[in-house]
Amino acid sequence: MAITTTKSAFRKGLADAAPFVLVIIPFSSLFGILATEAGLSVFETLAFSVVVIAGAAQFTALQLMQEHAPTAIVLASALAVNLRMAMYSASLTPYIGAAPLWQRALAAYLTVDQSYVCSMAQYEKEPDMTIPQRMSYFFGCVTPIVPLWYLFTLVGALLGTQIPDSWALDFALPITFLAMIAPMFRTPAHVVAALVASIAALATASVPYSLGLILAGMAGMIAGAQTEVWLVRRAERTAG
Amino acid sequence: MIDKTTLWIVIICLGIGSFGLRFVFTGLVGDREMPAWLLRHLRYTAVAILPALVAPQVIAPAATGGQFDPARFAAAAVALAVGVLTKNVLLAIISGAGTLYSLLWLLG
Repeated sequence: MAITTTKSAFRKGLADAAPFVLVIIPFSSLFGILATEAGLSVFETLAFSVVVIAGAAQFTALQLMQEHAPTAIVLASALAVNLRMAMYSASLTPYIGAAPLWQRALAAYLTVDQSYVCSMAQYEKEPDMTIPQRMSYFFGCVTPIVPLWYLFTLVGALLGTQIPDSWALDFALPITFLAMIAPMFRTPAHVVAALVASIAALATASVPYSLGLILAGMAGMIAGAQTEVWLVRRAERTAG
Repeated sequence: MIDKTTLWIVIICLGIGSFGLRFVFTGLVGDREMPAWLLRHLRYTAVAILPALVAPQVIAPAATGGQFDPARFAAAAVALAVGVLTKNVLLAIISGAGTLYSLLWLLG
């Protein structure tokens, strides 16, 4: 169904991001549990999730603080884990760069893996969306995600009960991400980018602080861009 | 025990730093034109970073201690295949989850 108004854009974003609830609930409650086990108060735990709002970086910081790593190392490591957010920001810019500053600032705070993948899939699928529609869609996507991120951090901190491992919710993240990116493979260049990035990620899995992810992502982006250039040239030769 | 001062320094600095990483392009570049070569690379950010994020968990899931798990691998393959073939995200998620739970139950 095509988006025709900002309201329908918001609703579509909300519906499209709804499956991520299965990812957010176990992940945020686990942070709540581990943070309180590490000696943080309920308030400190919740503040951590509200201020930082970045799962993997929060786990990294918590782990290193427990090991009494120097504060600068804690910060550098957690920010390295979050470095992909700068790449998300760059790739969102052509789509939402013209929105009002306060909306871009709010969207920046709310940029997480889930809101990013959901929005990019939609922006690429319907390139004719207006800026207000794109922003409504984005805010629709975060609506089922971010409040639950806060809420289940709190639930985890208060109750300390974990969803049983046998539910295999660890794998909700790979499944939802793969399902979201699958429709984005529109050209051979997209497929090459994904293949190169995946192989590079496996090859660099031992690089510390998730920096392998950044290297793999860059390798994939370069491979995709080069394939695109090559395909365009080949098409021009055939046409000429 | 984590020192309270350290904790709050980390929370606040990490909050500012994370926001900075997310705001650096959308906020500071805004609607200024970006060079064509950069845009060409950015077109592949999503299809590169997200598979890179997922690939290690598909091949060596943390939940099984890094051991290859046929159920998780098959679930990922099915979710991806159904997504590519049908372009239906929800159907891909349901197929992937269905595969995961069926195989976990069968392989016990």
